[in-house]
Amino acid sequence: MTALVRLNGLSKRFTTGVEAVRGIDLALKQGAITALLGPSGSGKSTLLRMIAGLSAPSTGTLTWATERPRLGVVFQEPTLMPWARVEDNVGLPLELDGVARHAARSAAQAMLARVGLKDFTKAYPSELSGGMKMRVSLARALVGNPHLLLLDEPFAALDEIMRAQLNRDLLALWALEHPAVLFITHSIYEAVFLAERIHVLSPRPGRIVAEIPVSLPYPRDDGIRLTPAFLDIARDVSSALAQAMETA
Amino acid sequence: MTGSVLKILLPLAVAIAAFATWEIAVRAFAIPVYVLPPPSAIWTALVTDQASLFHSLWITLRVTLEAFALALVSGFLIAVLFSRNRLIELTFAPYAVALQATPVVAIAPLISIWVGEAHPELALLILAWIVAVFPVLTSATVGLRSADPNLVDLFRLHGAGPLQRLWRLELPSALPQILSGMKVSGSLALIGAVVAEFAAGSGAATGLAWRIIESGNRLQIPRMFAALALLCALGIAIYLLLSLLEHRCLRQWHASAKAREG
Repeated sequence: MTALVRLNGLSKRFTTGVEAVRGIDLALKQGAITALLGPSGSGKSTLLRMIAGLSAPSTGTLTWATERPRLGVVFQEPTLMPWARVEDNVGLPLELDGVARHAARSAAQAMLARVGLKDFTKAYPSELSGGMKMRVSLARALVGNPHLLLLDEPFAALDEIMRAQLNRDLLALWALEHPAVLFITHSIYEAVFLAERIHVLSPRPGRIVAEIPVSLPYPRDDGIRLTPAFLDIARDVSSALAQAMETA
Repeated sequence: MTGSVLKILLPLAVAIAAFATWEIAVRAFAIPVYVLPPPSAIWTALVTDQASLFHSLWITLRVTLEAFALALVSGFLIAVLFSRNRLIELTFAPYAVALQATPVVAIAPLISIWVGEAHPELALLILAWIVAVFPVLTSATVGLRSADPNLVDLFRLHGAGPLQRLWRLELPSALPQILSGMKVSGSLALIGAVVAEFAAGSGAATGLAWRIIESGNRLQIPRMFAALALLCALGIAIYLLLSLLEHRCLRQWHASAKAREG
């Protein structure tokens, strides 16, 4: 498969002098889930912000396969507008892109049905649980049918059960349209469960120190978490991460 | 339910008790009416002089509302400029503070010389505005900057223009601060209107403050108290209306207006 976006020698040094990432070469394949795994402070979020065009790289280039890539982002927090109903939160990206409100709303309602929240379209975010808010955030990122879905440790604040549930949901949603996905996490098991390929980042300044393919077939379910193949890959990722920590 | 009933009943009971004690004490100790009139005399003054008193109430109310509306619009617009451009804020914020820090009573004679001769009400309006604008300005400036940075990123990601960002993100984010600034500003507009009339009133603009001065000069103390009571009622009404507005606007989503169930 071809690369949707290619990063060549991407580096970022802030005006404060802090170097967040250094010399990142990375290709995000169309239709594939790529995980970026690293300890906190390894510049993962900075890398995501550069891919999203929210932060300019100090050096290096980003090359897109499409002219105007549509992006969806999910942050670590649900980041919803508390004053707007769930359907208007989800329809926001469409409305900002110029879609009329009623059309944005019906698209949002359809997307909310897909994430299992069709009874909550008129609710306000404060009426939802943490996991439900995250689903709304996911629905908002997917409503514009993005080429690339960027996820910045989206489920890190959730409990283990909810996290496993949302991992399954994410795979199911991904299987519908197969957008390219960049999933940032510091959980080895989450990365192995979701991704087709895992890139391991070193501590600051973040560099890619290992690239590990995950040769587990999709669709994946929770049963896969205890298979020898899964555990072997998890062990490889774990030792790559340990090595990355030592070299720092 | 019982809470909201108590919220009205308890202060009301205190008021009734206080008025009764007042009435009885004034009669029992035979306090002269020009020192402390009993509530009944104040009520009589309010009824007999209602034409002039309510006309004055209307004038004070008008100045207050005009100053408040002006403060709201100008405070918000200046706050938008401040929040958009750090340089503008750095340049002009000290002057806003200076205007606020100078006692309005001290500015009043100057304003009344400049505009008071030809337009006495305009002088009152300007003075009340000077007092009322600052809370809106500061609360809106802070509020407009308090938008969730991730939401700001999301708006940027989807190519939102500055107006879209203002109306759909920054203004709703600032609403809780703006509304509480409005509550302060509404009360200050009334205070400003009254103080301005005391300091710059000439008898051409006869609001309630002027009635108080006039009654005091004529030793019509019950009428003085009646004007005071009307001012007090007006101040309370303004505060209650703005609190109601705040509750209406925020009850759906903001923590300050939401009671936790269970």
